[in-house]
Amino acid sequence: MARAARTLLVAGPLTFLAVFFLWPVGAILARGLVTDGSIRLHSLTDVWRDPGLRHVVGFTVAQAALSTVATLMVALPATAVLSRFRFRGRAAVVALLTMPFVLPTVVVGTAFRSLGITGSLTAIVVAHVFFNVAVVVRVVGATWRGLDPREEDAARSLGAGPVRTFVTVTLPALRPAIVAAGSIVFLFCFTSFGVILILGGPRFATIETEIYRQTAQLLDLHTAAALSIVQLVAVVGALYAAGTMTGRVRSITRTAAGRRVPTSIRARMLLAVGLLPAVILVVVPLGDLTIRSLAHGGTGYTHLATTPFGAPYSPLDAIVTSIEIAIVATVIAVGLGIALATALTRPGRRARGARLTELLVLLPLGVSAVTVGFGFLIVFDTPPLDLRTSWWIIPIAHTLVALPFVVRTTVPVLRAIDPRQREAAAMLGAGPAQVWRAVDLPVVTHAAKVAAGFAAAISLGEFGATLFIVRPETTTVPVAIYRFLSRPGATNVDQALALATILMLLTGVVALAGERRTRLETRLETRP
Amino acid sequence: MTLTLTDGTVRYGTTVAVDAANLRIDAGEIVAVLGPSGSGKTSLLRAIAGLEPLASGALAWDGEDLTALAPHHRNFGLMFQDHALFTHQDVLANVAFGLRTRGVDRRDRERRAAAMLDMVGLTGFDRRAVDQLSGGERQRVALARALAPTPRLLMLDEPLASVDRERRDQLAQELHRILRASGTPTLLVTHDLDEAFTFADRIVILDRGRIVQTGSARDVWRRPGTRAIARFLGVTTELECPSGAGFVTTPWGPLTTDLAGTVVVGFRPTDLRVDPDGPVTGVVRTTWFRRDHFVVEADTSVGPITARSALPEPVGASVTIAADLDAAVLVEPGAPEA
Amino acid sequence: MRVRPLVFVVLTTIALGACGSSSGGRADGGTAKTVTLVTHDSFAVSRPVLAAFTKQTGWKVRVLKNGDAGVALNQVILTKDAPLGDAMFGVDNTFLTRALRERVFTRYEAKGVAAVPRALRLDPTGHATPIDVGNVCVNADRKYFADRDLAIPKTLDDLAKPQYRDLLVVENPATSSPGLAFVAATVARFGKAWPNYWDRLRDNGVKAVDGWEAAYNGEFSGAAGSTGSRPLVVSYATSPPAEVYFADPPPTTAPTLALDQTCFRQVEFAGVLRGAAHPAGARALIDFMLTRRFQADMPLQMFVDPVLPGTPLPEVFTKFATVPTDPFTLSPARIGRDRASWIDEWTARVLR
Repeated sequence: MARAARTLLVAGPLTFLAVFFLWPVGAILARGLVTDGSIRLHSLTDVWRDPGLRHVVGFTVAQAALSTVATLMVALPATAVLSRFRFRGRAAVVALLTMPFVLPTVVVGTAFRSLGITGSLTAIVVAHVFFNVAVVVRVVGATWRGLDPREEDAARSLGAGPVRTFVTVTLPALRPAIVAAGSIVFLFCFTSFGVILILGGPRFATIETEIYRQTAQLLDLHTAAALSIVQLVAVVGALYAAGTMTGRVRSITRTAAGRRVPTSIRARMLLAVGLLPAVILVVVPLGDLTIRSLAHGGTGYTHLATTPFGAPYSPLDAIVTSIEIAIVATVIAVGLGIALATALTRPGRRARGARLTELLVLLPLGVSAVTVGFGFLIVFDTPPLDLRTSWWIIPIAHTLVALPFVVRTTVPVLRAIDPRQREAAAMLGAGPAQVWRAVDLPVVTHAAKVAAGFAAAISLGEFGATLFIVRPETTTVPVAIYRFLSRPGATNVDQALALATILMLLTGVVALAGERRTRLETRLETRP
Repeated sequence: MTLTLTDGTVRYGTTVAVDAANLRIDAGEIVAVLGPSGSGKTSLLRAIAGLEPLASGALAWDGEDLTALAPHHRNFGLMFQDHALFTHQDVLANVAFGLRTRGVDRRDRERRAAAMLDMVGLTGFDRRAVDQLSGGERQRVALARALAPTPRLLMLDEPLASVDRERRDQLAQELHRILRASGTPTLLVTHDLDEAFTFADRIVILDRGRIVQTGSARDVWRRPGTRAIARFLGVTTELECPSGAGFVTTPWGPLTTDLAGTVVVGFRPTDLRVDPDGPVTGVVRTTWFRRDHFVVEADTSVGPITARSALPEPVGASVTIAADLDAAVLVEPGAPEA
Repeated sequence: MRVRPLVFVVLTTIALGACGSSSGGRADGGTAKTVTLVTHDSFAVSRPVLAAFTKQTGWKVRVLKNGDAGVALNQVILTKDAPLGDAMFGVDNTFLTRALRERVFTRYEAKGVAAVPRALRLDPTGHATPIDVGNVCVNADRKYFADRDLAIPKTLDDLAKPQYRDLLVVENPATSSPGLAFVAATVARFGKAWPNYWDRLRDNGVKAVDGWEAAYNGEFSGAAGSTGSRPLVVSYATSPPAEVYFADPPPTTAPTLALDQTCFRQVEFAGVLRGAAHPAGARALIDFMLTRRFQADMPLQMFVDPVLPGTPLPEVFTKFATVPTDPFTLSPARIGRDRASWIDEWTARVLR
């Protein structure tokens, strides 16, 4: 029965991924690799023989690794103090750090350019850090808050200094979360597109930009497929390595968690030092953006209300559309993600496919949006699945991007549930459903809320895939911004910046809502 | 009102945690499973609870087969070693949980839960968060929670393990009182001799997954099945003595017995003492202090002896040893050396 | 506490239901007479003009925008067995041969095509109908040159002169349509020697970025609100009028100038998709695109020039747009054949 339930929980998400990811991607790869019924793989070796492409592969890996390390270095101190300290404005800081995550690259590009950070590897890395700080803060923060500070106290009492305590006690406990966050950041940077093109410039090419060029410009599906396979192999390899680095996930007793109020000067300084790099990195470009959006007496905002160019929508419609799509994508992603995470973390021996499933969920992040987008076009062309022109295709695409986050943020939290709590409930006469409600649900609710905030933010900011499949009635805010920036003239730029600022604030509100403390957390935090 | 485990075996992969164990618990009885850590006590308890499947064997309650019954249908209560209280619920909700799963309505279950809290001495703790409680308070909440739905069998896993030493004796007595008062048949699992012999009517000794001895507390205490069990039960001095005709001859005089041949006579350190009138002489090898007395190890004419002493006898000193013969432990001849 | 999850589920269902029904209402569209136009992201038409088409013909129009011009065409090619729509707009002369080779269009001679100048009718096979003309030209920031008493360059050769060192920004032809058009202009101007010209430009400090947005908004000093510092950029002949039109309040002179001897002509085509569900609607729509009403609407919607001679132009165009007298051109066949090698050559000379 437990097995049946698990199968049922897994079936939904896996079907979704099979239909909306594996099928279209498989189809487009097959179109590139199969000629006259036989598979031609020689271009795979061509990729490896071509020094130019080999350089592209090398650069892709290098910049992604560099960006991941840099992101962790900036974000972990901030995560530490946000997890450990309770202070006024904490939720606002988390919301602030989340904002960059949703901004379209074109907009961020304008901010970084006006700050003079452009056209170099440094610009690429800085932009990647800017975008991905939120990933680390959210994914690692969720675990960090659940750690038992008494373990650290114990280490301190055994004569370990703060550094040694962190390295020997805190870090091992956080390792699964750090690896999870790191692998997501790595994937993002690995498949980064806009940042490379806009902030790197034409001298820099990654596998992703090459795939785009081969597919979108040259329609050389053969080379694109070969590159996609190289990308997939690299991504799976990186994820596999991350999996082996994860180590054992320990049960976390939530009982002892909680944040302290920084009262000593030392604690306050620690707070400042931890937060400053991340906050500065985020605030400066965001501030630049906001200030420039107010240029020309804020006419960017007033123009938004008027239909700017004959298209049958106004930018305000785009805001409504974005919100609608975000709600639907969030509901699907959280529903599927929680079901999957629950199945993956059910007590009992782990199903053999669990590891594989976790990997599969992450894969959409490692496949080019243009590959998925073109794949959609060639497979969903017959009713009832002629989704090519359907409204639903956009939330479905967003779900593909959001699902990995939902699963990655939820699994560690659910896995941390003490199995004896479930046993205790069972011994008191609770059936599986009652056990789930009594022990898992409070934790799931909390995790779902965090994941929902994340998923909504992703949907609000998704651009790469949306642009390929957008319909006039589904013009989202990032697409509208992109269109404004695609034409000359002051009012276009102003409206783009105004929309970007609105998108930013919208995300901030969503993130703030996600940070509202649950009753469980409030109780934990009011302990003496 | 009888629980019967027949040839119960628990396996983890190729490791056999419990090996064909036979166990019986009768109405109103308190049974303690005693064994060193790693002996399979907890596995045995979890198998009875239904939390681990039996690889083979059968479990029955008054002839009703429970082997395949899900834990939540067994109506057994289990108190976990670390209590496993629900941290997101307050004390009252924890205690009332088992009543809720049985569909008791809110008012009744809260009344009953409050009564259980009274019984364990936590009156007025209803709305406290469980993580604000001390170890002893948590233990009592866990007990109240396990007892509230009136289970037909109560199981306790090292119930006093997380309690301060100074509160232990008091809590042990309270627990004993509550168990007696509730009349619920109880299975207790522990590695602690005091805990087992304070509560239990019957003791089951478990060693490396096998039940090696079962008997009344008194029998097990006085007549361990093997020298290994004797040592586990605190015997530190073992003397091989001849017996026959209803007597065993010890250095301190004869003891009645129905055993014959060479019998191992064992003593716990408290039952031998350094005494000027003692008939056995020896030389002190080591000596140390324990609580309110000293313990002396001496090489004597009859073999190595561990005894208590009022004074810290210096190493090399010559001492004489007296014995409390009534407390002597007899192990059957030919009992295998485990 | 207990109701909360329930509330969540109910809200979710409502949200899903709401979106589902609204999408149903929006997406079905195909019940009445609806013709679907597949196009690129820059397509725009004003609402009254579309309404006029519906009133005239009874066809409603549904517009599917699929990324930039290259992506939009490639999507059409990939889906030619089950077309996304009925008509396609937005294949330009740099992509025309690909569209014809892949046979995505059926033959159709639009009403009114005879009035289009012969030089713009680039498809001798009669599949693709020319709809608009755009010119990619180097744009100059007037103020920059006026402030320094520097003459604004006129020709491609001027751009390589030392007085214009470090002033030009261009787009990467591999990722940008104006970037490719400008390379084509240099091929048309210099023939086989075009790579040498780029060597001179490189030595003269030309800067290359990946797309129009980064070049124009990021690097060009003449764009409104720009932070850039280069006064010369590859953009469109219609960028100066756009700068005026999209300024609030509009200035009396354009801040920028398109250099009419640096322009490459792009012609955009439309066609009836092979296998279209509503070929009649598609034909009606393409006919409509060649009417004065639509042609006159295009300039302020898409910032391109009409193909029909004598179409009235808006004031910002007549006042501020550059009309190149003799823009550079290349045959679509030539572009289709050589574009990959141009890009490789350009990348090798300019980027490495």
